[in-house]
Amino acid sequence: MSFTDRRLALKSIRLRRRVLEIIKHAGAGHTGGSLSCLDILNVLYNRVLRVSPETFGDPDRDRYIQSKGHSVEALYAVLADRGFFPDSKLETLCGYDSPFVGHPTRDVPGIEQNTGALGHGLPIGVGTAIAGKLDGKDYRVFVLMGDGELAEGSNWEAAMSAAHYDLDNLVAIVDHNTLQITGRTRDVCSNEPLDEKFKSFGWEVKVVDGHSIPQLTDAFSPRDHAGSGTGKPLVVIANTTKGKGISFMEDVAKWHHGVPSDAEYDKALKELDAVLSKAEAEGAFA
Amino acid sequence: MSAPAPSMYSPEAAKVAERLGLKMGRPNLEEFADTLLALAKEDRNVVVVTSDSRGSGKLGPFGQALPKQIIELGIAEQNLVGVAAGLASAGKIVYAVSPACFLTARALEQIKNDVAYSDNAVKVIGISAGVSYGALGSTHHSLHDLAALRAINNIEIVVPADNFETREVIKAAAKRKHPIYIRFGKAPLYTLHGSGASFDIGKAIRLRHGTDVTFIATGETVVHALLASESLREKGMSCGVLSVHTVKPLDAESILRAARESRAVITVEEHMVHGGLGEACAGLFLQSGTVPQKFRIVGIPDEHTVTGSQADIFRHYGISMEGLGAAAMKLLARVTLS
Repeated sequence: MSFTDRRLALKSIRLRRRVLEIIKHAGAGHTGGSLSCLDILNVLYNRVLRVSPETFGDPDRDRYIQSKGHSVEALYAVLADRGFFPDSKLETLCGYDSPFVGHPTRDVPGIEQNTGALGHGLPIGVGTAIAGKLDGKDYRVFVLMGDGELAEGSNWEAAMSAAHYDLDNLVAIVDHNTLQITGRTRDVCSNEPLDEKFKSFGWEVKVVDGHSIPQLTDAFSPRDHAGSGTGKPLVVIANTTKGKGISFMEDVAKWHHGVPSDAEYDKALKELDAVLSKAEAEGAFA
Repeated sequence: MSAPAPSMYSPEAAKVAERLGLKMGRPNLEEFADTLLALAKEDRNVVVVTSDSRGSGKLGPFGQALPKQIIELGIAEQNLVGVAAGLASAGKIVYAVSPACFLTARALEQIKNDVAYSDNAVKVIGISAGVSYGALGSTHHSLHDLAALRAINNIEIVVPADNFETREVIKAAAKRKHPIYIRFGKAPLYTLHGSGASFDIGKAIRLRHGTDVTFIATGETVVHALLASESLREKGMSCGVLSVHTVKPLDAESILRAARESRAVITVEEHMVHGGLGEACAGLFLQSGTVPQKFRIVGIPDEHTVTGSQADIFRHYGISMEGLGAAAMKLLARVTLS
């Protein structure tokens, strides 16, 4: 299955709609961060990752580990769309005895690791990447982190070891939306310049627009790193907007785990539907 | 010239050991390292992960023999456990080795989430556990690890008592499909089990039956319980000894049977008295309705731990033939004779 950039961008709109639907239905969720990382996940699962519902148990599959586990609604929406489980299951989000809890768990088909506590994904990714090297496998390991999450010291322990072991099969992605629950990351505990930090830790660094389908696709392209002889792990710093796609949620910290009221919800869906209608009128779905 | 290390055994205790025919073995740490090397030579999927701990873990020969199967991560225990989880998820048989004090405190969240909750079958190996690093002070003691890990779902806890139990649990762990924590020390130990002994994770080993008092002990305190039981036997008392190497899941059947046989039960552990084997047994007794007439938990009390070597600390808190013998006499003096 291949999508044009345009079609993939429109899929992102539909997935954003689904994220809002399930959060509204559950009355809980991490809205802002799910919307900021959604294009990244869309590109990964529909263009980059060598994994499907049929090959999820394959030892040669690419791995995706969502270290910023709280943005799980984006992951659920993308996995359902890719057919890992029926979309209707998302109606149980955060419900009694549902595997669809507020952070990823392996009880959900397609999810590699249980995450939620921050600063855990990158070390696990390093271990998975080392195993790939030891076994001579060519799979790649992708780890998504938030920029606020980078205050956790374990990330930097892992960053050191990834460079030490020349893990060019490891791709860290920073969903760089510059906001965390309290406010601006730079005001909470500044971690800039991120690119220089990762470079000094021995990583190859790419900085992209985290909502640009072509830029993300290019950054994740295997030709650009794994097997390229760089011997370096890659970090893609994806500049994103928290709450992306919904005018009144964009770049506002309170939407970190805000659930829209009925009026806000209607307004948000209308904004997304307007984009979809316009695209339909232009023949984008033809 | 450094002073000789104080003995774990008084001259009297050494004589009792001799009468029992106990042979001095080597540190469990060395038994672990050699067993692991043998396993890794047979299966290249066996890997060991260290945090600048190959020297402390006696893994120098492992590193020399199998450099591709040892992954060094530097002094970074959180990363150590996370990386181990990733390796295990990709099919490796992973032993994550670091001093128990750091591994189970600094990296507790990684053990809880990346290993236990995610069900990555890491073998978490706490070396120089308990008060093995006695004189180095409380930063280097792990008197909390059993309590902390008992409160986490999906991880077995094994504390071997001698070289045999260590060898067997390290081998058995390789085949385990779920997480396990194994902790031991670095002092040489008497060998408690004969060649015919069998070992199963989750199954306590009965060393002696007794009707007056039974010592329910774990790890490197078991030998002291055995010596105490012998010295008490020589005074005409009947003392049982149960080696509860698996602290979780608890072998309820064996523990309750021992409690039914004896008028008094004393638990012994190299751990704080809160949350370890003793309180696990107390909970079991009360909830099962099989309650010994008298019961006592011997371990490290909730206080600033006395300074000194492991032997000094054991002796100070009564984890010795003499201390346990006295505890038994005191307890039995208060038991109603039936």
